[in-house]
Amino acid sequence: MTQKYATTEKKDTRSGFGVGLLELGRQNPEVVALCADLTGSLKMDAFQKEFPDRFIQCGISEANMMGVAAGLTIGGKIPFTGTFANFSTGRVYDQIRQSIAYSHKNVKICASHAGLTLGEDGATHQILEDIGLMKMLPGMTVINPCDFNQTKAATIAIAAHHGPVYLRFGRPSVPNFTPADQKFEIGKAITLYEGAHVSIFATGHLVWKAIQAWEILNNLGISAEVINIHTIKPLDEKTVIQSVMKTRCAVTAEEHQRNGGLGDSIAQLLSRSLPTPVEMVAVNDSFGESGTPDELMKKYGLEASNIVEAVKKVIARKTV
Amino acid sequence: MTEITKLEKRCSQVRRDIVRMVHAVNSGHPGGSLGCTEYFVALYNAVMNHDPKKFVMDGKGEDVFFLSNGHISPVFYSVLARSGYFPVEELKTFRKLNSRLQGHPTTHEGLPGVRIASGSLGQGMSVAIGAAFAKKLNKENNIVYSLHGDGELQEGQIWEAAMAASAHKVDNYIATVDVNGQQIDGPTDKVLPMGDLAAKFSAFGWDVLHLEQGNNLSAVIDMLKKAKAEHTGKGKPVVILMKTEMGYGVDFMMGSHKWHGVAPNDEQLAQALGQLEETEGDY
Repeated sequence: MTQKYATTEKKDTRSGFGVGLLELGRQNPEVVALCADLTGSLKMDAFQKEFPDRFIQCGISEANMMGVAAGLTIGGKIPFTGTFANFSTGRVYDQIRQSIAYSHKNVKICASHAGLTLGEDGATHQILEDIGLMKMLPGMTVINPCDFNQTKAATIAIAAHHGPVYLRFGRPSVPNFTPADQKFEIGKAITLYEGAHVSIFATGHLVWKAIQAWEILNNLGISAEVINIHTIKPLDEKTVIQSVMKTRCAVTAEEHQRNGGLGDSIAQLLSRSLPTPVEMVAVNDSFGESGTPDELMKKYGLEASNIVEAVKKVIARKTV
Repeated sequence: MTEITKLEKRCSQVRRDIVRMVHAVNSGHPGGSLGCTEYFVALYNAVMNHDPKKFVMDGKGEDVFFLSNGHISPVFYSVLARSGYFPVEELKTFRKLNSRLQGHPTTHEGLPGVRIASGSLGQGMSVAIGAAFAKKLNKENNIVYSLHGDGELQEGQIWEAAMAASAHKVDNYIATVDVNGQQIDGPTDKVLPMGDLAAKFSAFGWDVLHLEQGNNLSAVIDMLKKAKAEHTGKGKPVVILMKTEMGYGVDFMMGSHKWHGVAPNDEQLAQALGQLEETEGDY
C-alpha cells in the first residue's frame, strides 16, 4: 500500500472559512457575519465587501458580539461570529453559555488561530482549552476541520444545521488534501486509511500528521487505520467503536490540551463501551509559548514522529 | 372603568402574584419585581404591539422585549400570564421542579413570551441590539425593548453594547434602566457609585430620557409612548432612566435593598396582601 493523499498545495484553514462564508452569503440571504476587529485575519473581508449590510463590525467587544449574534437569531438570521479561538471561547464563556447554548440560539461561533500554530504571538493567544470548553456545553456542536477544503465545506454545512456550533480552524498553511467536492457531514468521521493494528483518531491540523505517521508505520509493517474526527461533538461513536473492535487499541492526536480534548472524548467512549489501551498525542497540561508553528509542534510533541511513538507504545499495551 | 383604572387594578393583582409566588417557594426576588410592576403592565398592556395568543420566537412584525435583569422574573411571569401568554394557574409552579417558570427566565422549557435566558447580568442589551438589527434587515417597523437594573450597569458588557448601539445607529430600540438605587449589598452609591448615568449614556451617543415617576402608571405609559413616537427612528438608541422604588406597593419592603432577594414569611405575606387589592382573582 502506498501513500494516497497528495500534497498538491498548502493553504490555511481560515481561508477555507472565508471562501465558504462568501459562498454562503450568496446562497442564503439570512446569513449575517460579525467580526471583532479581525476581519483580515479571519478572511471575512470578501464577505464584508460583497454584503456590507449583512456584516456587523463589532470592534474589540467580543462579549457584545456573542449577545448581538444571539439576538440576530431571534429575527431569523444565521449569524457567523469571527474572532480568534481564545476570544471566541474563554473570553466569552458565560455569554455563550447563557445567551447562546442555554437559549439554544442558532449561532455559528467561528474561531481562527486555534492552538500552538498561531505561533509567535505566544501563549496568551494560543488557546488549547477551547474544544473542552465548548464540548461541555449542552447542545453545542464542536467541529475542527483538517484543511482548507474541509473548512470551506464545514462552513457551508453548519449553516444548514439548526443550533449552536463551534467551528475551530487555524492560521498556518497546511496541506490541502480533502477532495474539493467532498460533502461535509456533521458527526460523520472520515476513514482515510483502513488498517488492522491500531486506530489513529486525529482532528484538525493533526490529521495530516497522522497521514504522515501512517506512511512511517506502513514502512515498519504496522497497519494503521487513520480516521479524521472533524466533529468532536457529537462524536461518531459507531465509527470509533467499529474501528477499535478491529484494532483493539487507539491513538488520538490533536492540537489541544489532553484534558478536555478529542482524546478525552474517545477515552470516555471506549471506557464505557470497549475498554481499550489509548495513548494521546496532545499538549499535556501546559501553556504554549512564542516560536514558529513548526518549532512549537515539535517542542510540544505534536509531530508525526510522536504519533508513531504513541502507536508503538499502545500496541505494546494490547492484551488481545 | 377607564383603561388606566383597569391597568392600575392589574398592577395590584400583579403585586399580589409576586409576593405569593416568592412566598410559596421561600425564594426569589420581590423587591425589584414590585418596583417594576408599572413598567411591565404599561409595556405589555398599553404600549407594545404583540400577540400573546400566538407566540413565535422570531417575533416578526411584532415589538419584542428582553428582560436583562432576569432575577425579577416574578413580575415578568405574572404580567406575561395576565396578558395571555400562558395560563395564570401556571404561576403556582414558579421555581418548582419540572416547571417552565424557572428561577430566572429561560427559553429552555419553552415558556411563551421568553426569547432569551437571562440571570447572569449584563447580557440583555447585546441581545436586544441583535434583535433590533434583525428587524432592520427584515425591514420591520417594530421596536425592541429591554429592561436593565441599575446595579447591572456595573457589568462591562453593557458598555460594549452601549457603544455598539450608537455606533451602528440602532434607533429602533428603547432600553429602560430601573434606577432604584439598590443592589444586593446595599445602595448602589455605596457598593460601587456609578456617577451620572445620564451623562454616561449621552457620552455613549444615546438619546437619554428621564422618568421620575416610575411607579406612576400614567407617567410610565406616557413616557413609553413618547419614547416610541418622538425618539425612535432618529439615528440614536433611546434609554429611559426610570426612577422606581424597590418594593413599591408593600410598605415594609420599600426604601431598602433588604427585600432584593428575600421572600416574606407567612405573617409578612398576610401583611403584604392586606395592602394589595385582589382585582383579577388570585391564581
